[in-house]
Amino acid sequence: MDFDVNMLSNLLYAMVRTGTPLLLIALGEMVCEKSGVLNLGQEGMLLMEAVAGFIAALTSGSLIIGVLAAILVGILMSLLFGLIAINLNANQVATGLALTIFGIGLSAFVGSSYVGQPLKGFEPINMGGLTDIPVIGKMLFGQDALVYLSFLLFLGVYWFFRWSRAGLVVKAVGENPHAAEAIGLPVIKTRYLAVMFGGGMAGLAGAYLSLAYTPMWVEGMSAGKGWIGLALVVFASWQTGRVLFGAYLFGLMSILNLVVQGLGFNISANLLNILPYLATIVVLVFLSMNQQRIKMYAPASLGKPFHRSR
Amino acid sequence: MIKLQPRREPSELMVYISPILAGILTLMTGAILFAVLGYNSFTALYTFLVAPIQDSQGISELLVKASPILMCAIGLAVAYRANVWNIGAEGQLLMGALVGSAVALQFPDSESKSTLILVLISGVLAGMAWAGIAAFLKTKFNTNEILTTIMLNYIALNLLQYAVHGPLKDPDGYSFPESAPFSAGATLPTLLEDGRVHIGFALAVIAVLIIWFLVSKSFLGFQMKVMGMDERAAKFAGYPEKKLTWLVLLISGGLAGLAGVCEVTGPIGQLVPNVSPGYGYAAIIVAFLGRLHPVGILIASLLMALIYLGGELAQIKLGTPAALTLLFQGMLLFYLLACDVLIRYQLIKVPHSSTQAQGAN
Amino acid sequence: MTATTPRLALQGIRKQYPGTLANDDIHLAIDSGEIHALLGENGAGKSTLMKIIYGVVKPDAGTLSWEGKTIQIKDPAQARSLGIGMVFQHFSLFETLTVSENIALALGDQAGDLKTLPTRIRDISQRYGMALEPDRPVHSLSIGERQRVEIVRCLVQNIKLLILDEPTSVLTPQEVKTLFITLRQLASEGCSILFISHKLYEVKELCHKATILRHGRVSGECVPSQESTLSMAKMMVGDETPVSNTYEKKQGSEVFLTVTHLNLTSSDPFGTSLKNLSLQVRRGEIVGIAGVAGNGQEELLAALSGEVLLKTADSIRFPDGAVGDLNPAERRKRGMAFVPEDRLGRGAVPDMSLTENGLLTGFLHGLVKGGVVLHGKTKQFAEQIIQDYKVKTPNSSAHAASLSGGNLQKFIIGREILQNPQLLVASHPTWGVDIGAATAIHQALIHLRDAGAAILVISEDTDELFQISDRIGAIFDGQLSPFKPTAQTTIDEVGQWMAGVFNTEEALA
Repeated sequence: MDFDVNMLSNLLYAMVRTGTPLLLIALGEMVCEKSGVLNLGQEGMLLMEAVAGFIAALTSGSLIIGVLAAILVGILMSLLFGLIAINLNANQVATGLALTIFGIGLSAFVGSSYVGQPLKGFEPINMGGLTDIPVIGKMLFGQDALVYLSFLLFLGVYWFFRWSRAGLVVKAVGENPHAAEAIGLPVIKTRYLAVMFGGGMAGLAGAYLSLAYTPMWVEGMSAGKGWIGLALVVFASWQTGRVLFGAYLFGLMSILNLVVQGLGFNISANLLNILPYLATIVVLVFLSMNQQRIKMYAPASLGKPFHRSR
Repeated sequence: MIKLQPRREPSELMVYISPILAGILTLMTGAILFAVLGYNSFTALYTFLVAPIQDSQGISELLVKASPILMCAIGLAVAYRANVWNIGAEGQLLMGALVGSAVALQFPDSESKSTLILVLISGVLAGMAWAGIAAFLKTKFNTNEILTTIMLNYIALNLLQYAVHGPLKDPDGYSFPESAPFSAGATLPTLLEDGRVHIGFALAVIAVLIIWFLVSKSFLGFQMKVMGMDERAAKFAGYPEKKLTWLVLLISGGLAGLAGVCEVTGPIGQLVPNVSPGYGYAAIIVAFLGRLHPVGILIASLLMALIYLGGELAQIKLGTPAALTLLFQGMLLFYLLACDVLIRYQLIKVPHSSTQAQGAN
Repeated sequence: MTATTPRLALQGIRKQYPGTLANDDIHLAIDSGEIHALLGENGAGKSTLMKIIYGVVKPDAGTLSWEGKTIQIKDPAQARSLGIGMVFQHFSLFETLTVSENIALALGDQAGDLKTLPTRIRDISQRYGMALEPDRPVHSLSIGERQRVEIVRCLVQNIKLLILDEPTSVLTPQEVKTLFITLRQLASEGCSILFISHKLYEVKELCHKATILRHGRVSGECVPSQESTLSMAKMMVGDETPVSNTYEKKQGSEVFLTVTHLNLTSSDPFGTSLKNLSLQVRRGEIVGIAGVAGNGQEELLAALSGEVLLKTADSIRFPDGAVGDLNPAERRKRGMAFVPEDRLGRGAVPDMSLTENGLLTGFLHGLVKGGVVLHGKTKQFAEQIIQDYKVKTPNSSAHAASLSGGNLQKFIIGREILQNPQLLVASHPTWGVDIGAATAIHQALIHLRDAGAAILVISEDTDELFQISDRIGAIFDGQLSPFKPTAQTTIDEVGQWMAGVFNTEEALA
């Protein structure tokens, strides 16, 4: 019995750890999409920011500087996206894809001499005996600083859309940018800020990958997490609470292979690796069956370019 | 001060100038990048873009590399014209290679070319089936094809890994994760006496011709174009949206599958873990760079193949990182999107005094 | 309030868009407490002018003075702080937000305490007789209620000038009367009102003064009560075609379209479901369906066109059988043609040439052979439409988006009529087009009717329906009113139907 509780405790701990980058990406992308902008560049941004954070941390010797560098690069990447997709009104899907391809290439290029270098990453924060609470102790109190930051950011985004006027503005711009412009809301500025927030969040997620989750740099280390984060937003029907639930659900899915192997089943790791991707498809199918629901919650102007009338 | 002003009608000319401009900008950035990294920019660009194709051997290699890219890109172009975002050429290619290999390995001693035809067909069908999953989910449940095709890419990659480490691994191949080499009957014949150009390139060119007819002459192609430009108009006119979605995904999947099976039966000759250095993703760039037009794509795929070859050569000769190829690809696509702005907007000089913003009515 | 300092005065306003001069040397003055009409045809420059006043668009030249002081209004927030409010024709509301959230958004920092806002909204809506529930989401409101939200949104702040853009075009005749009472009450309290319209009798009834625009310039000023509608119409349209042709009313022959007990649940969560609709259209008659937008017109059109397929095929029949489960192309083969309400983006692909847009629905008529497009014939077809329907365009390879609304609509109607339909379903056929084009379109429809086709017109423009329909009815909340020969009913009766005052039993009979 003792063994089981221990295992469950570790499983929940790992679930939150694995779900954290997904949570960060999905929160950022959700804010971005709420303003009507679809940024498919998450995968590329994630990699760029992971490598930037890693290099900055390694050369400066400070993890904090690494995180800040990752966020900064994330915002820069999102500005690049914003310039082309918001100012120049290019197709958002194509621009997002370009950002991904560009990010994969640039990160591999920049990071080529850093592959495999060791770095001491974020450690769990010591909270005394709290981690000994059965089952949930390790999950809630045995995490590192970035995980706690993700909790705070989740609450922040929740508050933003539930209570703040700025949250209303973002929703309004995403639903009907022309009406928003007509009553004098700053459409372009709002969209830029939302996209930049998405970039910053992807930056944190990237930093988490290369500085906390697996403190190192490997080409393509995000392994589709950016895309899963995008799917999560759809899964969550653009609702903050569901993003949290979905992130940890997918986190759990991604570590099931460890569980299965831990339980002594002999299944190829390659086949088990398929699980999170397969789960993403299954969940997407399940959700898209209800188009009414998607229409109800999806920002009405999502992905459509906006031409100012002045 | 220079600013952008919307044109009254999109510029036809800019449609063709924009990719050239993007290419020039990529070259210029490349030159600066090389200089910053401490290489001689001229030598580096020369190594990248001219040296690989100086002799017939080089040209032949170029065509070998261009074949899979061309097949994938021409298929993607059909899908993108219909506004169906198949990002899954990579996965469809891998599945073509995987299933084609599985079939080829059933005939270890075959000399007969009928084996080859069977292998090719199975590769094409595998690519179609892989894309068909996305088509089924999109038409039946409205599931976003971008996300499903991407996920299917990762799944295909893992299946391939599983196959070369497990069921399809060569029992006599020591511990390498590779299949046994294919029999003569399951190998693509070469097109010319010397060089490695195989009939896959000819198949790719035939595909280009057929697709050209489809998109520019047939009513089916017109319907796809309408669906891509204006979904509501297609609905209004009663075009069979679901059938068209199936069709474009099957075409692009089948061609990507063909690309995959041609790689394993042609230049590689067996199934290996890294069948594709991202051909399926490069094809996305090629499709855009070629303006979704068959002729444009033919040219763009040769350019993309050159970037691959140049990247390899520069890696050997100058010691540049392998990722340079990926970087050039990404830059090219980004510049293209930026330059495409000139199709709808024009640059005009405005005197400083007048800062009034202009816009469409 | 003195006559020498009007509340708002415009001098020499000019605004150039690429290809059109929207406003040219516009002068206009409104006193406090004055209801001032801005009259003009579609495209005369009314919308641009009021966007300039509201700070959405910047003028290229000219000055604005507000209570005697020359100012520049750089954005709507500034306009609002001056006391200018605007009610848009296409409402600037957000469906997923509540009434008070919508109002808070537009007020910006002036929204004050968000907790007391609902109370203020209730107070104001009661004071001006416009019932509103602040916590309801906008998507659950009717069109009339949405307009109230827009008006209340302006009244929550200290309002001095209220601009209304074609406010009556979305209302039933009864709702119009209520609106006028509110506006007169506002004006009597000193608020200036700029009332934009092209309906002359409304202007005569409500407004103290009028400024008339034509082709972006002021073509006349008048006191509406002292003018006849005819004299004002002359100022609006110049020497062009005279107003309101009357067409002979006809009785149809045999029935072509039969709709029986049509039920349809809208796939749009904000849409209207159709409830047990029955309707017949005969050859040689035009049947009109009036109604305020959002009462199920879109759903009915989708069901008729085949864009939404019915499980009960029998609900829609042509003489040769049930068609409810056939797609649009199949219905076209059986003699139907269709003119949708959106010209660009549905009736025509904006970035395609007219030739290609001819092929869009003309493909059944010899333009495609063996799956291959016959380019010569396709071009010929487009050129014939252009010629027969006097579409103003440089040539058939011009993009649809480059045509004016009226010309594109003529092209689309021509494309459908040249296919010799036995049934034509047209939605808002003259929406947003100038009088010349509207007349041409009406004549084309009448001509088609006289040639023996069955025609169904759905429109929000009740005047238009009275002009061209032989029989008329209305749609309200997904239900159809009874239909009567146009000669035997009145605008008032149809207005009642539009407001839902009809007996569904009688309608089904």
